[in-house]
Amino acid sequence: MDQVFPRIPSGCAISGMIDRSGGRMTGEAIIASIALMHERSNGLGGGFAGYGIYPDFPEHYAFHLIYDSETARANTEAFLASRFAIDASEPIPTRPVAGILDPPILWRYFLAPKEELVHGKDRPADADDFTLRAVMHINHSIAGAYVASSGKNMGAFKGVGYPEDIGRFYRLETYAGYSWTAHGRFPTNTPGWWGGAHPFTILDWSVVHNGEISSYGINRRYLEMFGYTCDLQTDTEVVAYLFDLLGRRHGLKFQEICLALAAPFWKDIDRMPEPARQKLTAIRMVYGSALLNGPFSIIVGNRRGITGFNDRIKLRPMMAARKGDMVYMASEESAIIEVCSSPDEVWAARGGEPIVAELYDNAARKIARAS
Amino acid sequence: MGVASQLPPEFIVRVDRERCIRCKRCVVNCGFGALDFRNGVVSDDTKCVACQRCTVVCPERAITIEENRLAYKANAYWTPLARKNILKQAETGGMLLTGMGNDNPYPVYWDHLLIDACQVTNPSIDPLREPMELRTYLGRKPDALSFDLATMIGPQIKLDTPIVFAPMSFGSISLNAHLALARAAQAAGTVMNTGEGGLHKDLYSYGDHIIVQVASGRFGVHSAYLNQGVAVEIKIGQGAKPGIGGHLPGEKVPLEISETRMVPQGTDCLSPAPHHDIYSIEDLSQLIYAIKEATGYSKPVSVKIAAVHNVAAIASGIVRAGADILYIDGFRGGTGAAPTIIRDHVGIPIELALAAVDDRLRQEGIRNQASIIVSGGIRHSGDVAKAIALGADAVAIGTAALVAMGCRICQKCYTNNCSWGIATQRPELVKRLDPDEATEHLVNLLRAWSLELKEILGSLGVNAIESLRGSRERLRGVGLDAQTLEILGVKSAGR
Repeated sequence: MDQVFPRIPSGCAISGMIDRSGGRMTGEAIIASIALMHERSNGLGGGFAGYGIYPDFPEHYAFHLIYDSETARANTEAFLASRFAIDASEPIPTRPVAGILDPPILWRYFLAPKEELVHGKDRPADADDFTLRAVMHINHSIAGAYVASSGKNMGAFKGVGYPEDIGRFYRLETYAGYSWTAHGRFPTNTPGWWGGAHPFTILDWSVVHNGEISSYGINRRYLEMFGYTCDLQTDTEVVAYLFDLLGRRHGLKFQEICLALAAPFWKDIDRMPEPARQKLTAIRMVYGSALLNGPFSIIVGNRRGITGFNDRIKLRPMMAARKGDMVYMASEESAIIEVCSSPDEVWAARGGEPIVAELYDNAARKIARAS
Repeated sequence: MGVASQLPPEFIVRVDRERCIRCKRCVVNCGFGALDFRNGVVSDDTKCVACQRCTVVCPERAITIEENRLAYKANAYWTPLARKNILKQAETGGMLLTGMGNDNPYPVYWDHLLIDACQVTNPSIDPLREPMELRTYLGRKPDALSFDLATMIGPQIKLDTPIVFAPMSFGSISLNAHLALARAAQAAGTVMNTGEGGLHKDLYSYGDHIIVQVASGRFGVHSAYLNQGVAVEIKIGQGAKPGIGGHLPGEKVPLEISETRMVPQGTDCLSPAPHHDIYSIEDLSQLIYAIKEATGYSKPVSVKIAAVHNVAAIASGIVRAGADILYIDGFRGGTGAAPTIIRDHVGIPIELALAAVDDRLRQEGIRNQASIIVSGGIRHSGDVAKAIALGADAVAIGTAALVAMGCRICQKCYTNNCSWGIATQRPELVKRLDPDEATEHLVNLLRAWSLELKEILGSLGVNAIESLRGSRERLRGVGLDAQTLEILGVKSAGR
């Protein structure tokens, strides 16, 4: 991978939706929503993440791979076979779409880590960590191979093109999930490769992002301390890894992660009542290097739900709406109205204040039981 | 020095006799006895150090100091300094002493680093309209927070701006200077550092803004002292004289210094080169924990070292030994007195040391266990921003603070003659330094630099100092070779 331009600043459109009761919807609505914001993209990248889309393999790590060549596929499959039981392996179904040119080799695998390796001597005794290291290895060390997603019962579908074309290319109308996010990209500098499109994912975390992470340099160095390598030529990558580090490994809640990544100002923290003041002070002391600075609006997904949030002084747009069990978030209100003509409630996200929309507990239990 | 000295004067004092009103103010003000009044002002140029006191106090601006340029015939190799030093040593047989930091033309890496700014794709932020945060906490941070288990965060020093005053002892500088530093630290929301000479009892009330130091001589160290400050610092070394001890001559030990340092009046205060209870890293760890015990684990413990060749490994050991703050002083760092040969030839630049230490601690996954303070030639807020981008939590300023109080960097601190009342214990000189005015100047300096830091952050499109800290992506190098760029962890400009 060419390392000359290790970070690509970009503008963008984002959209996300979730049925909190766990009802599953096809990819058509999310395509319609992101398509409306066509002007915010320039055809150099689009992508989607869907959750709950692989009910037949709910406990397998679903790997979506992007390959430049058959050699890369052979090398990657040899590596995967050495670490995982490959219970299914198939090309990701696509259809020809005008405007999607020269697609790479797209493959997916349903993987179960080999128990003896996960728990072996000097190995991380955690299947998620084991899988994360495998993803890092492929992205870092196998030329021409890139992991688009690696979570359970979820997948990322992305590439170079307008997002609506990408959605049709991947036949998203044939999938059904309880939450979806989407991204249309307007990169200001690009080598135009499929791995560079959003969402960025690690395990079941996915991130779509409009804006620029001006604190990328320190966010990246902070993550490297915890074993994450940032190879994907984009600042958005660090957001996915920060959610994984703080959420999965440090056990912070969605709300708390957002408080670390887009922390309130000291002037506001100083006026908070205890114990909030103490808690926020501690978050800023410990997670200062994780603070995301610069203009951004972001929608983060994981198995529990989606969270939208803005930078601290709201330099990028983000609207949200609710209709019954459905929650929507998008760069523009019109992108929500396009798929939900009469929401119960519409509001603008405030700077630094996360909008958390998670599955209801019983819905989450039901989805977990089904697996 | 005998009458037979062959040393020509370094400077020539010119008094414009037509403008001179014969007020004798210059004569009274010269701390070095270079001026006399014999039917008009006359000078003994050999005593002049170019401290500029006379030129400033002369109401008629009748005095100028000039370099005695042709004292030595030009020679690109045998510089005037080299010849002068040989002459001095030939006459005296002694080590040469000096004050302040290394003034030789070694590379200045700060001046080969340039800062990024936003254009179009990300908006810059106007610090006049938006909050811009400089607050910094120094001390050990846990790897992660766990709210269920109520993670304990160790004691921290809260700074309103990431600039602290460097350690300068009461002894090397005057009580008025110490007082001004303490007051300014309090007013500006930062800290001063006692240096190794203890803390005068009149300054105890500023304890919340003072780091108290424990050095190899243990002068003025007792339980109340340790508990008076906001942190305790173990001084292993300083950039101007790594591996060298200290020597405060008995003439600089009048009553108040003797009381503060707990030594008899007029006694030489000799700080040994090593701490005699620290001969290895595990000994350092014992002292760190002895101090933590003595202060009830209520204060962070800092360890100050000079930047030397193997600084990264040493730093790692210090953090693992239990230090909460690591203070690294580069080879440009100042001193009240040091052998010139050591000051000018030992140690390494702070820029390279900082980059290496920050990298090393990150590689080992222990960067969060200690905050890093760096010092050694920080001249302006641009240096501060670059140091923070390279990975420092805060910088310390010594020379810059002295200059703000009036110092002209004449480098004669070890003579006790400071005409500005800063680096002297002579009562008639000390009283020249008005602590109120000096405080105001120090506060002004910190305010000005903080405003400039906010402008730099705003132009970078970030609104908190922690988004610049360690963010070397926002620096580029100019005119540096590939290996230096690699050590600094920055790309070349254009990349």
